[in-house]
Formats: sequence, structure tokens, C-alpha cells
Amino acid sequence: MKQSIFTITENTQLTATVFRMKLKGDVSDITSSGQFVNIKLDGLYLRRPISVCDCEDDVLTLIYKVVGKGTEQMAKMQAGEKLDILTGLGNGYNTELSGDKPVLLGGGVGVPPLYMLCKKLIAQGKAVSVVLGFNTKDEIFCEEDFKALGAKVYVATADGSYGIKGFVTDALKEIDYTYFYTCGPEPMLKALYKATQTSGQFSFEERMGCGFGACMGCSCKTVSGYKRICKDGPVLEKEEILWAD
Amino acid sequence: MGRLSVNLCGIELDNPVIPASGTFGYGYEFAELYDINELGTFSFKGTTKDPRFGNPTPRIAECTAGMINAVGLQNPGVEKVISEELPKLKKCFNKKVMANVSGFAVEDYAYTCEMLDKQEQVGWLEVNVSCPNVHGGGMSFGTNPEAAAEVTAAVKKVTTKPVIIKLSPNVTDIVAIAKACEAAGADGISLINTLLGMRIDLKTKKPVIANKMGGFSGSAIFPVAVRMVYQVANAVDIPVVGMGGVTTAEDVVELMLAGATAVEVGAANLIDPMASKNIIDDLPRVMDKYGINNLNDITGGAK
Repeated sequence: MKQSIFTITENTQLTATVFRMKLKGDVSDITSSGQFVNIKLDGLYLRRPISVCDCEDDVLTLIYKVVGKGTEQMAKMQAGEKLDILTGLGNGYNTELSGDKPVLLGGGVGVPPLYMLCKKLIAQGKAVSVVLGFNTKDEIFCEEDFKALGAKVYVATADGSYGIKGFVTDALKEIDYTYFYTCGPEPMLKALYKATQTSGQFSFEERMGCGFGACMGCSCKTVSGYKRICKDGPVLEKEEILWAD
Repeated sequence: MGRLSVNLCGIELDNPVIPASGTFGYGYEFAELYDINELGTFSFKGTTKDPRFGNPTPRIAECTAGMINAVGLQNPGVEKVISEELPKLKKCFNKKVMANVSGFAVEDYAYTCEMLDKQEQVGWLEVNVSCPNVHGGGMSFGTNPEAAAEVTAAVKKVTTKPVIIKLSPNVTDIVAIAKACEAAGADGISLINTLLGMRIDLKTKKPVIANKMGGFSGSAIFPVAVRMVYQVANAVDIPVVGMGGVTTAEDVVELMLAGATAVEVGAANLIDPMASKNIIDDLPRVMDKYGINNLNDITGGAK
């Protein structure tokens, strides 16, 4: 974990509610894809945890959806403004377990953390398939970015307005894979837990107090005991998951 | 003795700043960022006789200038704290630590305190009779003078180290409870624990927190802390540890003027993991600004 000040270099609107922010700063503590950062915003008490989309040299890329006061404030920020950010939070995805044909499945704003993961897996010489799930055509983002990395990209829309009609699980039926990685809303994660034929890793979301393991605000029960989503997660392996209900 | 040092129940602290229980884990997360030996001490995560998972999530809700938590005393139980957490802590912390204890029956408190009292690393026992997030325990002992006194007496009977009773602000007359603890043998009083609070999500029209209610902390509660520390410190002859919304070195000085001998920092650690260290580093500047030579001299200075 590291606390440092980042400077916004870009804040671009990608869809009606999704923005991409690029920031310059010390990214040395970001060691794995699937980790997150925790952002201090003026006038708001708790920091806002946002997953890392990419980080290279001294540039951190975040893609976030406007869902409340914090992300509304972020969407209004301009290049040149500064943010106090905790970096290097969470365990991140383990790429060693992927086999040679991993599939990455992202739903909505669960898509961004898969970008840096995809980049790493391709750099390791793996044949990566990516499934992006959205409600409708207007919500799609990052499709071209994944293609540019060299992944085979499938898009599923719930209303059938683009790509495969249905959910990421429908797209998965067409894909031959050795392992999977996913991030998205909990109903999607639960559906994938049932639909997948191999082992894999899930990234979870929870309301957090600190984001670095001190407050026990985001604990969950797993096969291997109690875990803190922020510190021991957000990525859990399929075999250790115990669904809450 | 440095100008920041204070004496808490017979043990000298290099400075009066103590991260509060539940906001500092067992110290390791913070030891990644700074040498936690710079602290006066810290109060570790509330420990119970048996392991506890705590409440379902969500456990956290944001508020204006504060937050609500309903963690529910998640902890590995006293045996594991002694066999696993304390040995790990020894590697990054060489001072006496404050052991925070909670329970669901008088005997639980006594058992857990007796076990921790025997640990060489433990300097003080902070007995939490004020957790708002568990049913049938915690706060129910701290909302009635007789029950608080009963826990105090039971713990004192089986321990040798200073016993500090941590009180709830969710009471009509905190002075009566503090006095009852003093009469039962308490060596100190710490206050305030969180204020019982609640938030409702307008989108779902349901409570934000799974447990519905939780403990409100953060800078918003600071004036309540100042008032209650002042009231209690003027009514008892044992040291008072003040806490509640402390965020700055000025807040530390203010709570000491109200009557605190030492000051705990809680929610601020969660927002800014460097908060406690920054407060300590800033204390000399604030003391100079207000003409304070030694912190030890200012306790209860506001009459």
C-alpha cells in the first residue's frame, strides 16, 4: 500500500454513465491486475474504491461508472486536478493458473479490471478470449481496446441490440477455454459459478470502510475461513467461494 | 520525559496518541506505511472469548463528516489472538499494547481479560462495555451503572494490569456509569464509543447496513466527545482516555483540555492511514502555537 498524490491528465466520457480517467503518479505499488485504488474526494468522508484498468510507466487508468456522489464528483474533474490515492490494494488476479486458453468475462463496469489482466496474459503468450456483457448497445465500451491487445472478443447484450443476444453465459457456450477470470454484478458471478466447466477466479465488490484490511467492514465467509474483500480479495478462487445466501 | 509524554495509569507514553480499537486491526497494515513504535500505543481489535465472524454485510455506511459501522466484533477469539496475533505484533511493535476486550456475559469478560492480563506485551486492558453492534452484550453492560460495575469488579478480581472501562455515549447519564466503574475499581475510563446511528438508501428504500443500525463515528461526533470527556473527567479521580472524531493535533489538545490524559484516534485512521502519525508529528507545532510547553500539564485545563 502506498499513499500518494496523482494528477489527472485525462477524463473522457465513454458512454452516458462511464468515464475513463488517466492520472500521473507513483504506480510502483500496483503489482497485479485486479487490484484497486482508494480515492479521497473533497467533502466525502469515505474514500472511493475503483479497480485498476491499466497502469504503465507512471500512468494509471481507471474506468468508472457514475453511480453516486463520489463518482459524480470524479466525472466533473478536469485534467490538472490532483487526487489523494491509496494504491496497491487487494490481491489481484493470479495469471499462473490460466492454462493456454483463458477466457475473461466482464459485466458492465466489471469490464475494466480485465483489461490489464488481458494484456498480461497475452504477453505471456496465451490465447485469450474476452466476453463483454452489457444491457444494451449504447452501454458498450472497451471492445476495440481488447481487440487491439489481440484477444478474441465476444460481446453479449441482454436486449440483443449488439453481438450475441443474452448474457455472458450464452457467449461462453461457444468458447473453448482452459480457465476463466471474471468481474461483474453478483447475479452474473453466480451464473458463471454454475455455468463454467473449469476452475477460475472471481472479483467481488463490497462496501468498504478503509480498503486496506483494518476495519473488517467488508468481510466474507469462504471455504478457507473469513476473508476481507479489500485485503485478502477482491479476487477469490472458485473453489473457496461460499455464496452468502 | 519529552514534552509530548504523558503517564497513563502508571505507564509512560511517549505521546498521548493511541489508535482506537477496530480502526487499527493488529497494527500490521499500518506498519507497512510507518514505524508504529512512533505511537503512544494502540488499542487492538476488540477481542472476545470465542471467535466471531460478526454481522452480515454491508457493514459500512457513509455520513456527512463520518461513517456508520456495524462490524459486530469480528475477531479470531482470545486464544488465537494470543497464539497468532501477539507474536506477529511483536515483530513490528516493541511497546506495551492496549488489549481491547468485549463479551456477552460477565464471565466472558473476566475470562478474556485474565488470559490477556498474563501476556507480557499487554500494558492495559480496555474493557468495552459499549459496543452498539452486538445483541445481548457489549453496550447492554455499559448502559446501566450496576452492570458496568459488575463487569469492572469481575475483571479487576482476576487481573493485575490497569483496567480501563470503555463507555458508550448512548446513555442518559454517563457520569453515573463512570462513577460506578470507578467505585468498582476501574483504573481509568475511556470514552466515547460510537453513537448509535442509521442510514436509509433512497433507491432501495431499505437500511444501508444489513444490521440496520450501527455506530456513528468520525469528525462529526467530536463535540459530543469533548462534552462527555469534560463531564466524566470532572466527576472521577481516575485517568480518562478521550476519543470520538479526533482528526487533528488541535483535537488532541482540545480533548486533553477537557480532561483527557491520553487520546484515541479512530475513524480517521481508516480514511487516512497516516492520520495518527501525522497528528503526532503536528503536535509540537500546535503546542508552540498555543503556548503549551508540556502536554502532561494541560489535562483538565479548561474549567
